[in-house]
Amino acid sequence: MPLSTQPLGSGEPYVLTASLDNARNLSSLLRAVQFQDHATCFATANGLRVTVEDAKCIQANAFIQADIFQEFSVQEESVTFRINLAVLLDCLTIFGASSTPGTPTALKMCYRGYGYPLMLFLEEGGVVTVCRINTQEPEDLLDFDFCSTNVVNKIILQSEGLREAFAELDMTSEVLQITMSPDKPYFRLSTFGNAGSAHLDYPKDSDLVEAFHCNQTQTNRYKISLIKPSTKALALSCKVSIRTDNRGFLSLQYMIRNEDGQICFVEYYCCPDEDIAEAEL
Amino acid sequence: MRFRAKIVDLACLNNFSRVVNTIARLAKTCTLRLTAGKLYFILCDKVANGGVSMWCELCQGNFFDEFQMEGVAADHNEIYLELTPENLSRALKTAQSAKAVKIKLTNKHCPCLKVSVELPSLSSSSRIVTHDIPVKVIPRRLWNDFREPRVPDFDVSIYLPALKTMKSVVERMKNLSHSIVIEANLNGEMNLKIETDLVSVTTHFKNLGNPPWASEDGCQSSAQDRDLESMAEARIDIKKLQQLLAGQQVNPTKALCNIVSKRIVHFILLHEDVSLQYFIPALA
Repeated sequence: MPLSTQPLGSGEPYVLTASLDNARNLSSLLRAVQFQDHATCFATANGLRVTVEDAKCIQANAFIQADIFQEFSVQEESVTFRINLAVLLDCLTIFGASSTPGTPTALKMCYRGYGYPLMLFLEEGGVVTVCRINTQEPEDLLDFDFCSTNVVNKIILQSEGLREAFAELDMTSEVLQITMSPDKPYFRLSTFGNAGSAHLDYPKDSDLVEAFHCNQTQTNRYKISLIKPSTKALALSCKVSIRTDNRGFLSLQYMIRNEDGQICFVEYYCCPDEDIAEAEL
Repeated sequence: MRFRAKIVDLACLNNFSRVVNTIARLAKTCTLRLTAGKLYFILCDKVANGGVSMWCELCQGNFFDEFQMEGVAADHNEIYLELTPENLSRALKTAQSAKAVKIKLTNKHCPCLKVSVELPSLSSSSRIVTHDIPVKVIPRRLWNDFREPRVPDFDVSIYLPALKTMKSVVERMKNLSHSIVIEANLNGEMNLKIETDLVSVTTHFKNLGNPPWASEDGCQSSAQDRDLESMAEARIDIKKLQQLLAGQQVNPTKALCNIVSKRIVHFILLHEDVSLQYFIPALA
């Protein structure tokens, strides 16, 4: 990767500059994908994508579109770096994480390029904080190859419909089994724990179901420990789209409305639990 | 040697509990010094508590409706007790809606502070909760160890920013580093800095103002002809600073700190009826 490919004479030494009137619009989305210490940031003219992965089986992406920022400029086609997410979040919330109405924290974020630290300038009530967070070599990300043409089943739910179910998931169960079907039971969540099995059915004409496009009965199991982190995103979201493709891969897309009423998305991809699926075949 | 005191007013009681809670956060054990007019909570700089020392002073008249004290001798009309402030704080927790709280020095099996809390009851019989808090009476020959610390010969004295802001900044920084550099100049500027392999963070406060110190005996001479812009700095244990800030539920009427470069940071928090001084030594 070139150190810095600046158009000469632009006087702008940074490959990425972004500013935000309310830093919480960024920190709350990042918190929704914070289940591992490290994240890979990927910026293009469209905006910023922050990716977190675990066990080569789950990937979470937070998308912050360019127009959420008051200023967003990328000097290269794309800019990628890896960063300690916990540190980034501590810096972003240096003036406090809880919302105090009327005093948002303003943020300016700059990155000079490969090998340079990420600079944050935060200001609240005349107090300025400057953070320099060292970046790391970006690692190859998983490509889940989740393509909308291969999607078999898709359900859009109001998040409140899923919140309670996910909050009370029987964590003694190793897996969460998801059944999606054009026929009964339509949409079923099952766990198999120490205290027995639990099934939760959503009727397709429930008020909570906004869209129901199921073409084929599919039953897949996902490691519950991998699904659980997505509850962070679920808690913030207003709607969730649940999709599975022909390989049984799961995509959970959370629509999150920020404090200024703008819409952002957080997406989780998860592999099906193969051992069990094969054993049952 | 006798001591008995009584609080009836609920506001005074809550205020007193708050002070004791703050002390309990800062010190595992401390010395309670009683004089006719004042109470002192004292922590000496021993290596065992990381060289931190504390001096908290309150006028008994602002808290107690009755206050009787007879010291060890007429010419030394004082009492020094060693106690665990956490115990006192716990005893006062039951007193949140109390009608009255009595505190008495007793000596049944061992010296104790007996805290009797009279709780409101619907029937004619009263409900009283009593805590006996063991204390150690400190003999007169050791009193000299507990003298008010001198205001150090500081390089810079500066007013602190809003403690709420400072608290949240220090709390985040504590997640990132074990030590913090606190630096300030005579131009009303203060910086809080941390630096680790991963990250460096600096928070800049401006226009804080520098308190005027009368230089009676010229003891603050080093601050006299100092360049306004030049920073005096000290690296201190961030946990100690965080504990001090976490204990402050109410913004003090005046809060300031004195920095002796690379030696010590001296905090002074003044409330209407309580003053708290806290010394955190610089790390090597």
